[in-house]
Amino acid sequence: MLTDFGSILAFLLVGAIFTAGGLIASWLLRPQRPYAQKLSTYECGEEPIGSPRVRFNIRFYVVALIFLVFEVEVVFLFPWALVFKSFGLFAFLEMVVFLAILVVGYAYVWVKGDLEWDKPMPRYTTADDKTITTIFEEQEESVLH
Amino acid sequence: MTFEQSVFYVLAAVSIFSAVMMLLQRSPVNSALYLILNFFCLGGLYLTLNAQFIAVVHISVYAGAIMVLFVFVIMLLNLGDEKRLREHLGIRMYFGIAFSVALLAELLYILGFSSANAYVQQSPSAAEIGTVEYLGKVLFTKFLFPFEITSFLLLAAIIGAVILAKKKVVQ
Amino acid sequence: MENILQLLSNPIVSAVLMALAPLLFILPYALVTIYIEMKMAAHIQNRLAYMQTGWHGTLQPFADILKLLQKEDIIPTAASKFLFILAPYLVFVGTYSSFAVLPFSSAFIGSNIDLGIFFLIAVSSLVVVGLLMSGWASNNKWSLFGALRSAAQIVSYEIPSALAILGVVMVSGTMSTQEMTHFQDGGIGQWIIFGGNLPLWQKLSLIPFMIILFLIYLVSSMAEVNRTPFDIPEAESELVQGYNTEYSGMKFAIFYLAEYANLFLVSAVVVILFFGGWTSPFGTFLSGPVWGAFWFVTKGMLFVCLNIWLRWTLPRLRVDQLMYVSWKVLTPFALLCVLAIGLIVVM
Repeated sequence: MLTDFGSILAFLLVGAIFTAGGLIASWLLRPQRPYAQKLSTYECGEEPIGSPRVRFNIRFYVVALIFLVFEVEVVFLFPWALVFKSFGLFAFLEMVVFLAILVVGYAYVWVKGDLEWDKPMPRYTTADDKTITTIFEEQEESVLH
Repeated sequence: MTFEQSVFYVLAAVSIFSAVMMLLQRSPVNSALYLILNFFCLGGLYLTLNAQFIAVVHISVYAGAIMVLFVFVIMLLNLGDEKRLREHLGIRMYFGIAFSVALLAELLYILGFSSANAYVQQSPSAAEIGTVEYLGKVLFTKFLFPFEITSFLLLAAIIGAVILAKKKVVQ
Repeated sequence: MENILQLLSNPIVSAVLMALAPLLFILPYALVTIYIEMKMAAHIQNRLAYMQTGWHGTLQPFADILKLLQKEDIIPTAASKFLFILAPYLVFVGTYSSFAVLPFSSAFIGSNIDLGIFFLIAVSSLVVVGLLMSGWASNNKWSLFGALRSAAQIVSYEIPSALAILGVVMVSGTMSTQEMTHFQDGGIGQWIIFGGNLPLWQKLSLIPFMIILFLIYLVSSMAEVNRTPFDIPEAESELVQGYNTEYSGMKFAIFYLAEYANLFLVSAVVVILFFGGWTSPFGTFLSGPVWGAFWFVTKGMLFVCLNIWLRWTLPRLRVDQLMYVSWKVLTPFALLCVLAIGLIVVM
């Protein structure tokens, strides 16, 4: 059994050595003439403003969390899938119970709307909205008075 | 020293090293990466115990968990390499120290007062017990009730995720 | 001569040789597939693609390799250097280690572990960590956004694909990829998409569910390799190149190679799960270890071509559509299929 996983270790090693070999080969061949502009962060030619490591929307986190719970659930299903044939209908019903409880959770997430990617809700301007001129005029008024 | 033993010592050394490094790292992302290394070593230790399913589950679930941590760091903490997590310790710290001292004492007791051999010997049926088929069988016979209860635990986890994600209502 | 034989029988040496073999497949495969992809894309769009380098541009992939090898390697000053270098290793090694459980023929499999197909699921979540790492280390807005989108996408489609795999495990009763293939041995009618080698009435009632599972797996595997219509993570019109925006030269090539290796991987998994792996469609005719490898690669390449075809035909999905498809369409259908298959198999 250890030998089976030993050959997986061999795969890991071969993969790492191949990557290292490729990088070393290119290191020998390629030019190396860095300067500040070349090494600056690529932002389509603009000077980067601010750090990219800003706070991100929480939706990425929610998806990751829900995934984790479902992953654990799937992990439980696999041993069952291997043996349920020999246990007959009883094992099948056990799993139905297990899944039914989890479907409650699934339905809960669904109803709460966390399975939806939450979209920006831009407010479109309407005919009643103030135009920029009226806003300026109002400000002028307020300054004058 | 047998082959299994040498594998064990290498894995154990790396896992302790990575655990310590995880605690010492300033940047949370680096900590998460050392945690991955640690999980890999633990996976390897499970393999030496013939528990192959547990080993793979360990890596798959915790790699997923690491990813969650990663995203969490990116999303919420927003810590650069310079800033560091500052935690308000207090009564928790004393509890932590007390528990770790208790754990250490327990380990020393086990190591000191029992014949060391008993803990190295592996049952000859270990290889059979570690298979997925065996796990499936005991899960649906002997441990049926805990198994069904686990689904409630997962249900609670789902609800917890939703609560965590609850957005504050902006006025 | 004897020394060589002795060396070959050493378990460590033979394990390393076994581990090298898929690499010797991946490299020519990637060259061929890159060429096929460019040509197919061009002809779908009524163009010619490259024609200058060699006959019909056949030498172009080699020229690309030479170019990538000589490209200057740029590590941006703002990047976290160590993680930036580590990420391509993690992505390629993760992808490559999955090749350990692919049975290329009845005589060749890198590592015939009992967990086979489950190991694949475990490894694919590791690759996500690599992608996130590359995006984070680049310290570039495009990269980080691409990496997060990519993680969200792969992770969402992991659940339906795992459930589809589960359905197949329920029918075949094994997780070992090699045994799964043996289960389907004996001609096209024995393939799992046609119900495997179960009794006739079970086969017939399984077929519709197996076809649904196959479609679910196909769609989610396309999402997991980040290709159009699921290429939001690297949507070049909005995110430049996604998580590997800052990577150049050989590091970029490694990501690129990993992407193509992944493409074959998911196609091969489709073949193992539903289309009989290395078994011949004609039963014992044209079967055997060598023909096995031929069938495996041919079937795999067919699905690679299907992927390319779809990539150049379909438009890109929106993020919210993507989430909708995975969580509200594929997952419930996969759950229903799993229950139905369970009922049929248990009866």
